[in-house]
Parts: sequence; structure tokens; C-alpha cells
Amino acid sequence: MSKQHFNELHLKGVSRAFGKSVALSNLSLTIGNGEFVALLGPSGCGKSTALNCLAGLLPLTAGSIYLDGRRIDTLPPERRDFGMVFQNYALFPHLTVRQNIGFGLKIKKTPKPEIERRVNAAIDLVQLSLHADKHPNQLSGGQQQRVAIARAIVIEPQVVLMDEPLSNLDAKLRHEMRSEIKRLHRELGLTTVYVTHDQEEALSLADRLVVLHDGKVQQIGTPEDVYMNPINSFVADFMGYRNLISMELLAGGSANKYSLTSSGIELTASGIFSGATVGKVLVAIRPEDLLIEKSSKNNIACTVKTIEYQGKDFAVEVSTEQGFVIYVRTPIRLEIGEKTNLTVRPERVMVYPESNN
Amino acid sequence: MSAIDASKSSLNLKSWLAEHGIDRLLFLVIPAFLAMLTFFIYPTIYGTYLSFHPMDKSGALGNYRSFFGDPYMRDSIWNTFRIALPVSVINVFAAIPLAVRLRHRVRGKRTINTLLVIPMSLGTVLIAEGLSAYLAPNGWLNRTLLATGIISQPLQLLHNFWGVMISLLITGFPFAFLLTLSYISGINPKMEEAASTLGATPWQRFRYITFPLLTPGLAITFCLNFVLAFSVFPSANLLGNPAGDSHVLAVAAAQAISSKYDYSMASAISVITGVLELAVVAIVLIMRSRLYSGSTSGGKG
Repeated sequence: MSKQHFNELHLKGVSRAFGKSVALSNLSLTIGNGEFVALLGPSGCGKSTALNCLAGLLPLTAGSIYLDGRRIDTLPPERRDFGMVFQNYALFPHLTVRQNIGFGLKIKKTPKPEIERRVNAAIDLVQLSLHADKHPNQLSGGQQQRVAIARAIVIEPQVVLMDEPLSNLDAKLRHEMRSEIKRLHRELGLTTVYVTHDQEEALSLADRLVVLHDGKVQQIGTPEDVYMNPINSFVADFMGYRNLISMELLAGGSANKYSLTSSGIELTASGIFSGATVGKVLVAIRPEDLLIEKSSKNNIACTVKTIEYQGKDFAVEVSTEQGFVIYVRTPIRLEIGEKTNLTVRPERVMVYPESNN
Repeated sequence: MSAIDASKSSLNLKSWLAEHGIDRLLFLVIPAFLAMLTFFIYPTIYGTYLSFHPMDKSGALGNYRSFFGDPYMRDSIWNTFRIALPVSVINVFAAIPLAVRLRHRVRGKRTINTLLVIPMSLGTVLIAEGLSAYLAPNGWLNRTLLATGIISQPLQLLHNFWGVMISLLITGFPFAFLLTLSYISGINPKMEEAASTLGATPWQRFRYITFPLLTPGLAITFCLNFVLAFSVFPSANLLGNPAGDSHVLAVAAAQAISSKYDYSMASAISVITGVLELAVVAIVLIMRSRLYSGSTSGGKG
């Protein structure tokens, strides 16, 4: 569907400061045609700033953006040809669904029959044929969301930018719209930059994740890469490595075998991240990676403190003899007060430098 | 049995009252209602009654017949419209660009706002006095224009149509500006951003998004300005030509009292003024009701 093909969108040291506070610093990223990139991070990490800079709604304070060889960060938004889906949709309340979707085409002086044809196609694509002549305030949140998406893609933009488009929807609708966005991306192959604070959303949609924190890029990688091997303790924490334990890395470790100790806990890790040295380190373990079983290696003896039923499994809080609290997810039904043993595979023990965060 | 029935019916009454918003807070409305009754409703009814009882006992419609029969009196309607309509239109349209510009945070916004609002707080008489010195043939304006060679004869801006016009523009503009600013601030700026990502230039964003969403507010702004300008009296007297082309309805009514002591005729002129005002406001509001006038926040509905 995309009319003018470009090869890559290149962000070079993109930065934005508001007065003295730096919202985004030195974002460099190359996005290939048709790629789905998610900017992920907690609120205030600079992800929306990055998107607004891409859209041209915020001028950069440093850096540049290129579409193939052409510099575009100096162009106003109306000349960038990037479609954008806003968090609160920003639909035009005085126009019908059809007029909202056709707005961009009308502005570009597209011939009437072509507007008609493309708007109808877009309406079908987002399954709104029954509501085409309604006004936005007569639609549900999910329907408004579809209008916002249709309005952005009907102009066949070079790139589609989405700013937390699902954050206002309830859980069920969010899942539905997520599949919808995935389907549209598969069908149209539009290059998409998607901003979200929801790691699950980012993991399920994106080809590539960019994790941001305090305006700085923390990690860029495939969803699996970021999920399985967070590069530092911040990313680990954000990706659900809920157990962050201060431990000591013992000397004499070698590839596949690093020994760690803390009061009462002895662990072996198969690898360490750059910067972690002998002495104090931060160990991250995901609750799902802890298994309730007795093992000769990486065994942690503990007592069950609280149990939360969560449908497919239980979220369990246990504590070690020394009173250290560990979070576990397990399908096994335990009893409060029960004594049990945990174990974790050495390759699922992440070792980071202590002062990283 | 009957005790239960009684408590049940008093419960019903209570829920009926609650349902219709009737509670003790309603007593707070009484002072305002009394004021309305004493100072607005009664005088209006009495004035209307008076207008149908002419001094010369020429029948219920006598005042109206003599008003519309006299070309000099009849022309006061045209004189009033000729000033009030352009003034309101100009004020509303002049307020738009300024309000658009000042809706975001701008350096010196407070200063500009203050400067714009001062004329409103000064009162029409003071402004008229000031203008009569400023606009006089030997006033600052004419002297400056003559000195710079822009004109060779002093402009005649006093005691005619222009004097009234200029004074009404100065007093009415702050109203129009403040109202327009508040309407425009209610429009979600994200909508203009959305339009810009869809390829709309600043002018197209104003033309297709901001202006249509602003129109209902502009209609109200126009009505308020029009009503203010329509009952013009001080500036017509002080800066205009109250015997000639500034012989507006308010002047005609005042003259009926001051020269002939004809309260009945003055009442008839007031009734005519009110009916004409209402007619214009009604036309504008009917036109407004055909426009989109819902939420301008553009968020979830």
C-alpha cells in the first residue's frame, strides 16, 4: 500500500530538552522499511518525546533525522508524510467517521472518486462500515480507536506513529485491538513506530524493542532478546525480573560457572553482564524462572508467606531463613507456612554491576 | 397500617423531591429571584403596559403608529443597526487572530491581556471623553497625521458615525477577545496536531478544524457584543451626532422623556428595541443550532 518506498529511517543523536531538563538524549536508531519498532519505558522516559520529534510536533534540540538520504527533521509535520495515532485519538468532533478518515486525502486535493474509494477501503479494513456516518462522540472507545488508525493509514504514509494507542481501552478490547494492529501491519506492511509502557504489548507487537529510561536508550533488540537477556538491571526490573538481590560475586569464576553468595543464598550463574566484577553485584531472577523443587545446585530453602491465585498459576511470596523475600510464580498449589525448596537454572541468573541503576 | 402508609408516602415524596432537584439549597435562589422580580420582570411588564397607553389617548397602538409613521423616528432603527451590526462583526473577527495567537503560552501574554482588558474597566463615558479630545480636529491623532503628511485636511471623526463606531470598537473588543480566548482555549490542541500530521498547513488547520469548532462560540460572542452595541447611548450622545445619523433608538427614547416627558412613548421605543434585539439574537442562535456545538475536547466521548 505504501506508495513511495524508502529503505531506512535514520535517527542520529536525536535529543530534546525542555529548559534544563533533558527529555530525550542522543537517540540513534535505524528503522528498516516495513519494520515494527516499539519504544518502551516507564512514564517520563522520553518515549513520547521521541515520537513527537519524529512527527515534527516537537523541534529537536540536537541531532537529525533522515529518510534515506533526505534530511527531514527540519520539515514541518504537514510535509513529513508520517501518519500519527494519538493517545486520546484526537478525532475531529465536528466531522463524521467518513469525513475524519477522508480528511488527509481532502487536504491533499485527491480526486473525489479516489477519496471515496480509499475511504471505503479503509472503513472496511477497520470494520466500521456500520458506523461510517456517525460522529466520533457516538462511538465507543474501541471504535474511536479504529477511526484514528484508519485516518492515519488511509493517506498511505511513509511511517505510522502510534502513541500509546491502547492505553485508554479496557483489558479485553486492548487484546482485540492489539491483534487488529498486528493484522493491519501484516497486511499493509507499513513501517510503524509504536510507543508504549506496557511490556507485554511491546513484546507481542514489535519486531524490535527500544527500551528507554531517563531519556536514554538502555537496550535495542528483538523482543526475545530483551525479555531473556536484559542488558542491565533497569531493563531487567522493567521486563519483570522482580527478584533483585544484592549478592557477592566470588573470585575464581570462569565461563559457565560464577559463584555468588549472600546471607544464606548460594547461587551459580552461567554468565555475567559487562561491568559486573568480583565483589558486590545485583542479581536478577524472574519469578517464572524459579522452580519449586529440591535440587543439588542453586537450592534455596524457604517458607511460603502469601499466595495469590492468578488463574493459570499462583503468585507466591516466600522468605528464606534469613528473612529475605523472593517472588515465585508456580502452577503448584502450596500452603501458607509450608517449608519448600526453590531452584533456578544457572543461565537464568542475571548478574549486573551493583551501581548500574 | 396507616402509620406504615404514611411513612411510605412521605418516602415517596422525598424521593420525588430529590429526583427533581428540590432540596433546602433551593432557598439560596430566593435573593436572586427577588432581585430579578423587582429590577427586571416588574419594570419590563410595567414598561410594556405603559407603551400601550399613550399620553394622547390615541389607542393601544398609538405610540407604535406614531413611531413608525414618523420617518425621523423610523430612521433611528436603521441608525442603530448601521452601527451595532458592523461593530459586532468587526469586534468578533478582530478577536479571532489575537485569540489564536495568545491561546498558547506566549511571552508577555499577561501584559497584552491587561492592555486589552483595560478599556473594559474604564467605562464608556470616560472613554468617550478621552476620545473626544484625542480624535478632535486639533487632537493628537489628526496632528500626528498632518505632521507626517499622511493627510492634508484633519479627519472629521467626531460628532458623526465614525466617532460612535470607534468608541464602540474600543469598548466592545475586550469582551469579544476574552470570550473568544476562552472558547479557543477549550479546543484540544491535539486536534490541530492531528490535522498537521495529515498534511494540513496552518491555514488549513484553522479553516477546517479550529474555525468550525469555534463558530458556536463566535455566535454567542457576536450576540453579546451586538446587544451591548445596540443599546448604545453615552457614545452616541458624546461622540456622535444625536440629532442626525447617531439618532439611535436609545437616544430617541431618552429624548422622548427629556423633551416631551412622554414615558409612554419612551417605553414603546424600548419595547421596539428589545424586540429587534431578540429577533437578531434568535436568528443567530437558530443558525448556531445547525452547526456542530458539542464537545471540543476531542477525547473519548
